Amino acid sequence: MNYVLRPAPWTVSVCKRSQLSQVSTEVHNRFNREIHSFPGGLELKTYKELSNDKESLITPLPDKIILPLQQHIGSPSEAIVKKGDTVLKGQKIAQASGYISVPVHASTSGKIIDIGTCPAPQDQSIQTPCIIIEPDGEDAWFDIEPVEDYLSIEPEILQRLICEAGMVGMGGAGFPAHVKLNEGTATAVDTLIINGVECEPYISCDDRIIREKANYIVSGTRMLQHAIQAEHCVIAVEEDMPEAFAALNEFINDNDDIELVSVPARYPAGGEKQLIKVLTGKEVPAGGLPIHIGIVMHNVGTAAAAFRAVTRGEPLLSRYVTVSGNVENPRNLQVLLGTPVEHCLKQVGYQRHNNEAVIMGGPMMGKYVHDISMPVIKTTNSILVTSEFNRDREKPCIGCGDCVDVCPAKLLPQELFAYARAKDFDETRALHLFDCIECGCCAYVCPSNIPLVKYYRQAKNDITAYETKQAGYEHARHRFEARNERLERIENHNDDRFDKKKTLSPDQGTVADDKQAYIQAAVERIKQKRNKKKD
Amino acid sequence: MLGILIILLLALIGGFLVSISPATTAQQNKFEDILSALPQTQCGKCNYSGCRPYAEAIVHGEADINQCPPGGAETIKVLAKLSGRQIKPLNPENGLQKATQIALIDESLCIGCVKCINACPVDAILGTAKQMHSVLVKECTGCELCIAPCPMDCISMQAVTA
Repeated sequence: MNYVLRPAPWTVSVCKRSQLSQVSTEVHNRFNREIHSFPGGLELKTYKELSNDKESLITPLPDKIILPLQQHIGSPSEAIVKKGDTVLKGQKIAQASGYISVPVHASTSGKIIDIGTCPAPQDQSIQTPCIIIEPDGEDAWFDIEPVEDYLSIEPEILQRLICEAGMVGMGGAGFPAHVKLNEGTATAVDTLIINGVECEPYISCDDRIIREKANYIVSGTRMLQHAIQAEHCVIAVEEDMPEAFAALNEFINDNDDIELVSVPARYPAGGEKQLIKVLTGKEVPAGGLPIHIGIVMHNVGTAAAAFRAVTRGEPLLSRYVTVSGNVENPRNLQVLLGTPVEHCLKQVGYQRHNNEAVIMGGPMMGKYVHDISMPVIKTTNSILVTSEFNRDREKPCIGCGDCVDVCPAKLLPQELFAYARAKDFDETRALHLFDCIECGCCAYVCPSNIPLVKYYRQAKNDITAYETKQAGYEHARHRFEARNERLERIENHNDDRFDKKKTLSPDQGTVADDKQAYIQAAVERIKQKRNKKKD
Repeated sequence: MLGILIILLLALIGGFLVSISPATTAQQNKFEDILSALPQTQCGKCNYSGCRPYAEAIVHGEADINQCPPGGAETIKVLAKLSGRQIKPLNPENGLQKATQIALIDESLCIGCVKCINACPVDAILGTAKQMHSVLVKECTGCELCIAPCPMDCISMQAVTA
């Protein structure tokens, strides 16, 4: 089997602007929700049939579990165990270090053999601290406390339980789930959207979790709805996931106020902002969050995991991962967090060849894995093996404008590219670089093979680095000015004291007399007090 | 006659204000922007006594924009944009651009003379007379101003890790 990851151009119909109006507005289910369309996007061949029909496999224990302390967006967790400690499955080994942070738990029982660093799965150019566990093979559980009646407990307690379970968005970004829930309590939430729209080619882990754990997802949805007191609740899947739709439909009662919607399969319909547009017709403002327009979105995997975390007391320890592409037996795996990519690939009969690369994430948004000993983390939805590593050479931009047509964020990719390459930060910012969702549509259609997203990511990193530097300058300036002020004050202060001494010297009269009078008055007061006591 | 004179005078004052005030505020803004673009190390490698005098010199057209080694190429680019001049390479007479370094005091040699503490523009050295001194890693800007005053030559610059 030799699957090429990047489908040849003739297998793809690129949806041009003129065709956009044709995208369906048909009416779905009993809630009569109107389906809108988002600008740009692509219709891609999905290759999901490689892996979505096979039942998921529970991956056996690896030799080593590597748990990075940063598996989410926000501040990294802090280790609370030492080298040599023995831990049990589900035991907290690192605690949250702030509001936007979550704990990390041991995904199996064993001994902590090291607390060191490993390449960060999010950005392999940097090293990230991690805890390495040698499994003892027992897989013995830590004491867990299940909460049976999840609909009667306070939303705040639910949020705390979800936070303590280390829950993050499992769709790929890894934003701590409790933060979204908490913001949801603070403001009135109109709609909770549970996102099962898995739009990237090859990835079928959401499809598989829906088919296998539909009851968890539906119950988890009810629980999350309770946690944020959302008025409406929608579970969205793609039109090419009929089995998943049926599986969910089975568990949704008629008296539930959960809507089940299937949306047209179109990349990137599963992007947060795009799905909001499709389901509600609303747009998230530039630089804003969905909560600003009364919407909270969670991935189906998060709903299922949050439900398990509350009702069974199990923290987030494993996830569904699609292993597909150029491997012998592509399928979905249930993988313990921290399992090396290499171990997952072994389960599907991967043999290393020369001209191939391993990608973590989908073919559109994923990143190359340079070292396959890197672990699966909370946000790893897929591991793909490509047989086509060498892309065509990058050629100059011819200004065709295809990228503008497909950009779902309505940006100007070619202008962004020009300014990003010139490292003109002000201009790229003015062109809303930070609203780019890095979906890769522009790079996909580019006839000059320009890896546009690579430039945007680089520019984003550069801008962030520049801003950190600038903040450092500001800090240094503040300290310098504070020091100058202090030195000046000390000088003046000394002068003051000198002046005072002068004025207080006896031969200057008045001040000294005042002082004498003051002392006299105090002595009198004390005498009076004493007399009173005697009386 | 007097009325005409008064009106003329008012017109003159008005004209003067219109012509002068926006220019000075614009110049003030430009100065602030240029000052905040400079790395605030106060290292003096630009031949001025600190970042503020250098920024003033740029605004008044007395200094070139390529005299700041700690800021390097990035800062020159920003300065060029702010001052409307051409980008040019760093003047090697002022020094070379280096990766950010921080000072490290060899504590076994330090005699506690306080000379480096007095030299540090950002209060990044902790210590007192006859006590060991130590550099606050987070605050050090790598200006190297503490190296020359040290009588024991026990301060060295170290590359920043992570």
